[in-house]
Amino acid sequence: MALTKAEIAEHLFEKVGINRKDAKELVETFFEEIRHALESGEQVKISGFGNFDLRDKSERPGRNPKTGEDIPISARRVVTFRPGQKFKARVEDATPIDEQE
Amino acid sequence: MTKSELIEKLINKQPELQPKDVERGVREILEVMVHTLAAGDRIEIRGFGSFSLHYRKPRVGRNPKTGDQVDLGGKYVPHFKPGKALRERVNESVQG
Repeated sequence: MALTKAEIAEHLFEKVGINRKDAKELVETFFEEIRHALESGEQVKISGFGNFDLRDKSERPGRNPKTGEDIPISARRVVTFRPGQKFKARVEDATPIDEQE
Repeated sequence: MTKSELIEKLINKQPELQPKDVERGVREILEVMVHTLAAGDRIEIRGFGSFSLHYRKPRVGRNPKTGDQVDLGGKYVPHFKPGKALRERVNESVQG
């Protein structure tokens, strides 16, 4: 089962002793502040975890996969994530859960 | 925005919490996220995005100092896919 906000909040309650209501709010605000910075055009650098970067993409040719019709993909700004060294080192030898016995 | 700036913002947003608990809280949020992927599981944060593992095939690399070939085994790398709300908010900020 994938990790969700509810489970992160429960972890904070158990590990840090923050009450459940405040823990839930902290987790919500944590992700909201990252979204807000990115929306404001600001890169987010979390040491030991990674960087959320913004990339501006120009318009490119595309097509409707159902009809085959040519439709240009409009210029857009997208978020990319570059994991840090520590994060990468900790997952490189992982075994995905769907391949575990 | 850096991690310490993020922590500052969270301290201001939740004055009912001790600053040291906010700081520990952020460290624990990040730790449980890294631990989850290291254990082979996924992370799914609605409106933000999901983190999963992507496989990288074994390849022959080179030692940049000596130029010697080195066999690099296959490995997993963290991958982030932004969620709908994040994609829309970031894009709308430039499209107006």
